[in-house]
Amino acid sequence: MLLSIRSLSKSFPGTKALDAVDFELKAGEVHALLGENGAGKSTLIKCMTGAYRRDSGQILLDGQPVSPGTTSEAQELGIGTVYQEINLLPNLTVAQNLTFGREPRRFGMISSRAQRDMAREMLAGYGLDIDVGRDLGSYSVAVQQVIAIARAVSLSGKVLILDEPTASLDAAEVRMLFDILRDLRDRGLGIVFVSHFLDQVFDLCDRLTVLRNGCKIATEAIAETDRLKLIKHMLGRELDEATEEERRKTTAPHEERHEMLRFDRVGRPGTVAPFDLTVRRGEVIGLAGLLGSGRTESAELLFGVRAAQSGQAHDEAGPVDFSNPRAAIRAGFGFAPEDRKTDGIIADLSVRENIVLALQARRGWTHPVPRAEQNRLADDYIARLDIRTSDAEKAVGDLSGGNQQKVVLARWLAMNPRFLILDEPTRGIDIGAHAEILRLIHQMTAEGMALLVISSEFDELVAVSDRIIVLRDRRHAHALVGDEVTADAIVRAIATPDAAQTQTRGAA
Amino acid sequence: MSHVVDSTAEKPAGEQARASWRFLKNHLREYGILFALIAIMAFFQIATGGILLKPVNLTNLVLQNSYIVIMAIGMLLVIVAGHIDLSVGSVLGFTGALAAVMIVNWDVHYLIAGALCLVVGALIGAAQGFWVAYFRIPSFIVTLAGMLVFKGLTLWLLAGQSVGPLPPQFQLIASGFVPDLFAMEGFNLMSFLIGLAVATGLVLLALRTRVAQAKTGTLEEPFAFFAAKTAIIFIGISWMSWLMADFRGLPNVFIVMALLIAVYSFVTSRTTTGRRIYAIGGNEKAATLSGINSKRLVFLTFANMGMLAALAGLVFAARLNTATPKAGATFELDVIAAVFIGGASMAGGVGTVVGAVVGAFIMGVMNNGMSILGIGIDYQQVIKGLVLLAAVIFDVMNKKKG
Repeated sequence: MLLSIRSLSKSFPGTKALDAVDFELKAGEVHALLGENGAGKSTLIKCMTGAYRRDSGQILLDGQPVSPGTTSEAQELGIGTVYQEINLLPNLTVAQNLTFGREPRRFGMISSRAQRDMAREMLAGYGLDIDVGRDLGSYSVAVQQVIAIARAVSLSGKVLILDEPTASLDAAEVRMLFDILRDLRDRGLGIVFVSHFLDQVFDLCDRLTVLRNGCKIATEAIAETDRLKLIKHMLGRELDEATEEERRKTTAPHEERHEMLRFDRVGRPGTVAPFDLTVRRGEVIGLAGLLGSGRTESAELLFGVRAAQSGQAHDEAGPVDFSNPRAAIRAGFGFAPEDRKTDGIIADLSVRENIVLALQARRGWTHPVPRAEQNRLADDYIARLDIRTSDAEKAVGDLSGGNQQKVVLARWLAMNPRFLILDEPTRGIDIGAHAEILRLIHQMTAEGMALLVISSEFDELVAVSDRIIVLRDRRHAHALVGDEVTADAIVRAIATPDAAQTQTRGAA
Repeated sequence: MSHVVDSTAEKPAGEQARASWRFLKNHLREYGILFALIAIMAFFQIATGGILLKPVNLTNLVLQNSYIVIMAIGMLLVIVAGHIDLSVGSVLGFTGALAAVMIVNWDVHYLIAGALCLVVGALIGAAQGFWVAYFRIPSFIVTLAGMLVFKGLTLWLLAGQSVGPLPPQFQLIASGFVPDLFAMEGFNLMSFLIGLAVATGLVLLALRTRVAQAKTGTLEEPFAFFAAKTAIIFIGISWMSWLMADFRGLPNVFIVMALLIAVYSFVTSRTTTGRRIYAIGGNEKAATLSGINSKRLVFLTFANMGMLAALAGLVFAARLNTATPKAGATFELDVIAAVFIGGASMAGGVGTVVGAVVGAFIMGVMNNGMSILGIGIDYQQVIKGLVLLAAVIFDVMNKKKG
């Protein structure tokens, strides 16, 4: 065994990030490390590379116990890492990057010729034909990725950890990268591969380990597992978990609802493949998929946060402009983003001001919301969402995280959109508020508002949605309607993209 | 909800004192700046043996700092929006020069020339704001370029010479005083009455806000603080206007300044546009996602800054009675320092107009006081620099604790 981790634990204040995790990596294998957000993948990697100090447990490299205290110590031991956001210096040349920290010297000065020779030597065997004297930043992300790998391999040479290496590569680049990785594997390296793309895992890897909530769930050979099993491991759900009784009581059958908006072929290369979406009055559409499947990206296209490069939208009155958030708000769209801290709240402004922001933007600066109405709205939503604040004039930055999220939600409810996108509306919110938000969703749709809800909680999606669109690998892969909407069907649709259609149709 | 008011009164004295202390700690920043100004004035009043608050010196103080105050108001908006404008000194010089050349060399009527200069200033600001807002060129770079460009254009326009003198009516902008309708000997009663009216108005406004707070149950400030603060403001303004009335009355430029402060305080705290500037400075991404046109707002903020710099340019030219190629050099640094002393945050989203104005006067009083004391310009610079640093350190530490 090249690398063995035994019973490794790591805690942060308030959470146990890793709980007695075992992990084994053989020489000459590509081993996938899988798990949803918060499963503990990054923590495990950081413990291996010395970025974190473990609380307990053992790391054995070639049978010898090691405990790297820094990343450079880990490198010297033979453990190299390439992160998603490549940690090289784009403003230096390829050669300078590759030889950084051990530049060849002549008379005490760096010899740039020797440096370039050394760099070319390091890149030999990677099939790259590039000028090592040019700035790293002038090459594509894929090439930079390979250069980062070459550097990590030559520095370490035993274990190579790749964190989401394919996140921003296209298909051809992924193939090139995989050829290189297979070659490295055959040369006897042990490779740890972290990715959200299951297709790639099945394509490249030999074994996989699934983490969930800081625990190791399973280690299996790729040949002996299938997608369904894998996703069950990742999500931790059994297929017979019945959620039927929680289902939303739909007032009108899907087909009878009045069509409100129609999006045609909305897409953006590298973000989400073009998709159609019809939105009916008073319906709730759920967007399901694994992390990185394009859920949030779809929402951002619909709200104009990222401009769609193809596609258009229509309502009864004609074309609808959704090319930027302002236009989308004018068209009556709303979007409560997932990351409230960076995209949602304005910490220095008061609760009241944060709540009226979108409503005011929709009305335009020439029609200010009267102060009395602002106070009424703020007090109303503070009461309805149970926002814990001493009063409406407190700065939002002084509130707790969950309460900040409620303020962002209140902002969009106050605007009263016809089509509201909620990205993870209940994440980090206490139980009471959670129920209140679900109740609000029902109430809003009864008034005719249409909702698009993104959530990692499939039970929650099943409970609130009239229909669910399942995303896989940045495509809208499958739609579930009516009785098909079950957590079971979602998991199947994510797991077996081609078979899912027939399976769920058969079950229905 | 009158019980809220009552509850503070019923509290035992110990708890009340503790509540007051807590309130003071939370609002140290707002009170701190005002107390700092009062303390600095008191210090120099004593140190200069009473010269600082002599009517003639007080009037001088206002005149000397008027252009800094005017620009500090515009700069506050720019800094709250998360940007900076280094070009204001040069724009002040350029517009002053333009006004002088138009009036003296081209015989343009002074009113038309003044209006044109304001338009030119707004255009200059807009031109810089255009690159900052729509092309995302860092404002530091754009306005640094503007600073060089307009310094050069001022030299070119004046051909390296001073241009003057300006017509007496034009000079009145800076050196005129409020006319006295009562025609008293040696005392400008009109000025005193205006001062008294402003002071009373401020007290009434403060009272109204407090009553409204009490009604909605958001009352926080202990009554003693409220009373003390309001009394200090009332007495301060009445006394200042009494002193100035005793000399020649309120300068015209004081009226202009007071109006600007009132209007911009209102705009920044009460209007949609003003609050949006705070929103984009606080979190531009969130503001854009909420449908705010942050680009246009940044653009307009710079245009506004340019216009105020032009106004300051007119005041400065009128005060010197001539336009010189050196006018406005390094003013931008005083203006920016004033805004930061006044509690604005480099990161944007925080700061008040009144704070910036008080900051400008802190700098002004220190300049004036140290000059009276005969402290050399060398030490003056050092002391001003250290005060700026201390003010910002105080802000940062204060924020960390809270």
